[in-house]
Amino acid sequence: MKNKILIAIVGVALPLALTALFMIYPARVKGQDAKSTEVRVDNFTFAPDTLTVPVNSTVTWVNKDDIPHVIASSDGVFKSKALDTDQKYSYTFTKAGTYPYYCSIHPKMVGKVLVQ
Amino acid sequence: MRMTNTKLFNKASNGFIEHDPTQDGIDRRGFLKCMAWAGTGALCVMQGGVLKSFALGSQDSSIKSHKTAGLSFVQISDSHMGFNKPANPDVVGTLRAAVDKINALPRQPEFILHTGDISHLSNPEEFDNVDQILKATNREVFFVPGEHDVLNDDGKMFRERYAKNAKGAGWYSFDKNGVHFIGLVNVMNLKAGGLGTLGNEQLEWLEDDVTHLKSSTPIVVFAHIPLWTIYPQWGWGTEDSAQALSYLKRFGSVTVLNGHIHQTMQKVEGNVTFHTAYSTAFVQPAPGKADSPGPMKVPDGQLLSLLGITDVNYVQGKHALAVVDSSLA
Repeated sequence: MKNKILIAIVGVALPLALTALFMIYPARVKGQDAKSTEVRVDNFTFAPDTLTVPVNSTVTWVNKDDIPHVIASSDGVFKSKALDTDQKYSYTFTKAGTYPYYCSIHPKMVGKVLVQ
Repeated sequence: MRMTNTKLFNKASNGFIEHDPTQDGIDRRGFLKCMAWAGTGALCVMQGGVLKSFALGSQDSSIKSHKTAGLSFVQISDSHMGFNKPANPDVVGTLRAAVDKINALPRQPEFILHTGDISHLSNPEEFDNVDQILKATNREVFFVPGEHDVLNDDGKMFRERYAKNAKGAGWYSFDKNGVHFIGLVNVMNLKAGGLGTLGNEQLEWLEDDVTHLKSSTPIVVFAHIPLWTIYPQWGWGTEDSAQALSYLKRFGSVTVLNGHIHQTMQKVEGNVTFHTAYSTAFVQPAPGKADSPGPMKVPDGQLLSLLGITDVNYVQGKHALAVVDSSLA
C-alpha cells in the first residue's frame, strides 16, 4: 500500500508539480522584471542608461520629450520608427549579451541593455 | 580699397574698422560687431569696400544704394511643421508670419534657402503644408534636410520632393549671379556618440565640385547642423566639417549658413563667416543653459521676437556677404 502511494506520488504528483513549476516559472520571472524593463527617454537621456535584464525580457522605451527620438541598436540589431511624445517601442532580447544603443537622430544620446 | 581710418559707427558702439590685415576693407572684428548690432533690426552691407549700416525698413537714400547689391536671398530654417507642443502650438501661424516678413523686405530676395527641419515628423502632410505656405513668397526655394525630415525612410521622401537631381543623400550645388551655392547633408548615418556627419562620398563630391572655380568666386555653403562646433555635448557640430572647409580655404569669401539650434549665432574665421539662423517654429536654449536642448517655452508675447528669418546680400566684387537676422516681432 505504501509503495502504491509512493508510486502515485512519484509517477503522478511529482510530474504534475514539476510541470506546474515550469509553467509558473517563466511567468514569475516576467512578472518580477516587468517594472524594470521600461526605459524613459526624457530630457535627451535614457533612464536608466544601463539596464540589466534576463534573457527573453522585453524592454520598452517610452518617449517623454517634446521632440521625437529613434531607438537604434549601435550594431544594427534593432531600430524603432520615430517615437513622438508618449509613444513606445518594445524589443524582446532572446540572447544574452551587451546591446549598446543610441538615438539615431540625436547620437549623443546613448545607452545599453545587458542581457544575462 | 584700404579703409583703416574710416569710422563707420560712433566710437561708443565700437563699430569701426580697427584691423584690416587682408586689406580688403573688412575688419572681421568690426564686421562681427556690426552683425551683432544688426540683430536689433539693422542692415550691414559692403559697398566700395566700406561696411555700411542702416535700419531695416527705413526708406532713406542708403536703401536705394543698397538696391545695387549683386544678389539678395533669404534663409529660413526649422519650420517643424506638425509640432504642436506648448513651446509653440501654432507653427503654421509663425511660418506665415515669416512669409509676410519676407514679402515686406525692402529688397525682394531672388530665392529662398530652407536649412532643414521642414517637418517635425517627416509626414507627407507636413511637407505639403510648408510647400503651400511658402508658395505665397512666389520665390524658388532650395532645401537641405534636417534630421526631422529623414526620420523613417532614410530620406527617400525628402529626395523625391526636394532634391530630385541631387547627388547621394541630397547634396547639390548651383550658381546665381556669380555666387556658388553648395547644399550639404549632415543628418544621415549618424554614429552613436557622434555629431553631424557629411561622410566620405559627400566630401569627395565637394572637393571635386569646387576644383574648377576661381578663388575669387564667393561661396555660400548651407546645411542643417552647424558646420562649426558650437556645443558638442548637445551634438551641435559636424564631425568632418574641418575636412569640408579645407577644400574652401583658397576662396576669398565663404559664407556658411546653418539652422538646427533655433537661435542666431555668428563667427568669423579668416575668410569664412559662419552663421546660424532663427527657427520659424520654436526656441531652443542657449548652449548648456538648460538640462537638454529641447523646445523652450518662452513667456507669452516673447515668442515672435525669438523667431525670424535671415536676409543675405552680396555686392558684386566685394568679399563678405551681409547677413542680417530679423525677428518676426
